[in-house]
Amino acid sequence: MDDNVRFLQGNDVCVQAALYAGLEFFAGYPITPSTEIAENLAYHLPRQGGKFIQMEDEIASMCAIIGASLTGRKVMTATSGPGFSLMQESLGFAIMAEIPCVIVNVQRGGPSTGLPTGPSQGDVLQARWGTHGDHAIIVLTASNHQDVFRMTVDAFNLAETYRTPVILLLDEVIGHMREKVILPEKGAIPVVDRLRTSVKAGIDYHPYLPREDGRLPMSDFGGEHRYHVTGLFHDMWGFPTTNPKIVHGLLRHLNDKIKNNISDINRMKEYFIDDARTILISYGSSARSALHVVHNRRARGERIGLLELQTLWPFPYTQVAEKCEKARQIVVVEMNMGQVLLQVKRAVSRPERVMLANRIDGVFITPTDIRNILRLIHGKGV
Amino acid sequence: MENKTSILNLTEDEFVHPGNRACAGCGLGIVYRTALKALGKNTILVVPPSCLTVLQGLYPIAAAKLPCLNVTFASTGAAATGVRAAMRSLKKNDVNVVAFAGDGGTGDIGIQALSGACERGDDILYICYDNEAYMNTGVQRSGTTPQGVVTTTTPITGKLQSKKDVPSIVAAHKIPYLATASAAYPLDLYDKVKKAASIKGPRYIHVHTPCPPGWGFEPRYTIKVGKLAVETGLFALYEMENSQLRLTGPSKKMLGKPRLPVTDYFKSQHRFYSLGNDLINDLQAQVDHAWDAYVIHQ
Repeated sequence: MDDNVRFLQGNDVCVQAALYAGLEFFAGYPITPSTEIAENLAYHLPRQGGKFIQMEDEIASMCAIIGASLTGRKVMTATSGPGFSLMQESLGFAIMAEIPCVIVNVQRGGPSTGLPTGPSQGDVLQARWGTHGDHAIIVLTASNHQDVFRMTVDAFNLAETYRTPVILLLDEVIGHMREKVILPEKGAIPVVDRLRTSVKAGIDYHPYLPREDGRLPMSDFGGEHRYHVTGLFHDMWGFPTTNPKIVHGLLRHLNDKIKNNISDINRMKEYFIDDARTILISYGSSARSALHVVHNRRARGERIGLLELQTLWPFPYTQVAEKCEKARQIVVVEMNMGQVLLQVKRAVSRPERVMLANRIDGVFITPTDIRNILRLIHGKGV
Repeated sequence: MENKTSILNLTEDEFVHPGNRACAGCGLGIVYRTALKALGKNTILVVPPSCLTVLQGLYPIAAAKLPCLNVTFASTGAAATGVRAAMRSLKKNDVNVVAFAGDGGTGDIGIQALSGACERGDDILYICYDNEAYMNTGVQRSGTTPQGVVTTTTPITGKLQSKKDVPSIVAAHKIPYLATASAAYPLDLYDKVKKAASIKGPRYIHVHTPCPPGWGFEPRYTIKVGKLAVETGLFALYEMENSQLRLTGPSKKMLGKPRLPVTDYFKSQHRFYSLGNDLINDLQAQVDHAWDAYVIHQ
């Protein structure tokens, strides 16, 4: 067991977890603060029989993993803000063509080149709506390295289960911070493999005809079946169509396959929620500071709790509303101008209870920052 | 080149403040200082994210005295096009619009914008400082990384592919002026930038720029390493006007004479440590072949 204890950067943990989940192909382009993911995979992936390619930019990286995923490989790319912006068009393609892939976005300060080495959580809404058109997406995040491992494996599992791109939204603090992590034994975390079609060669295969449970069995591209993949609206054979009925059906399918499975996709952690008068809601690295505040104030007898979100999209509106029903104040702790705040306000009854504790200056939000804001909210002055 | 600049008649004007955030021994410091001397103060710079952004520094340790547009990574050529178009509208045609990008920003992510600007015939000067990898993010391979070089993303065998010949790609656009230069020969670079600034249309200068931490040599050997690349024939200095190639400076003097073996260059840096003998012989043969062609052309 002792062999499994490591002291690693968050980016390294992400690499270990991706290999655990069966990553076989990585294409990427170096960008701070995600570069270590590419560098580590350049070393580890070929040794495990996988393929690492450094591409000429992020557009190419995203397209390369789409191609590789179609041939049956588990794929991933890693980037940060500017690169994530470049990937948006192909991300939409992967959503439309229902191609499983994992995109790690280690967030840095933005917009634009922003703060390459400064922490921020400003890409929450971009992850949701960055690519054009009505679509659904799965976005996971994590606040500590043990969770980074779990969420990375889960990202692959959800991508394979729902045939969709999954975005793992880390941030600079998580990516670069070193902390202890216990690498799970093989089999300790379930790993979902690609659902492949049982249709034999030479028999008509419908790549875009969902089973009764909504899942689409895949056939490795270039293998036994020939089929068409397109970013245009397409029928069950994958051929382009403008038939309104089929267009309507496909768009509903793309959204419903995620919306109807929120209970399966949603991951959250709660600390001292049951009797809490003040509930902090946070995610990613800022949840670390929030948790520290909660422990600290609890020791002094304050009724305060933390709801840590690990699935940001689809946003767990119902679950958040239930947890926050009895709270007097709900304080969203995040490092942006209130992107999750908006969702929490939409989720809960009496949205006037919801307040923001944020920091947007490229400096990590500390427990002291949160405590000071809480004192202001409680009318105690700083 | 007809009127060669010497150290005695080199202008004393400086457009880079002394003291910047570049690494010790950075070849780019020489390239940047020399090129701006040649361009003069009537210049607008367009720079993508690169080591040059780091060299220019964070306020108040800012290095450049000239207006600089620090654009997104993939857009240097396009942004320079826009600046030039605006200058033309304002009837300020005497302003030098100069794109200054690294090898990644030129030959990998930026090649589309560069190719577009060259094809449109936009009146810009594009200077690429080629330090042969992504040094700003910590030494990842780029298109122009030479074959066999170990980087953080080619950690085991070294890069398998050969160096992308970006000047030849740009030359295929049949632009009026194209040159290669080296940080180790700043006066040659000065004359080429000066000449390029006097010509209209798209112009391109590709500058070989040694990088001590990225290439693995001591900072004091920047010039020595840069010169070795030229003296072994691995990097030839030439000018191309109207698609006519002409060797210049030290490379011109080497025509028909024996060159140093390429191993002299490879031994001077740590990044070549995994080169095998077969690949060395192959690279030597490639250099010999290229120089045979130069002899025929001249």
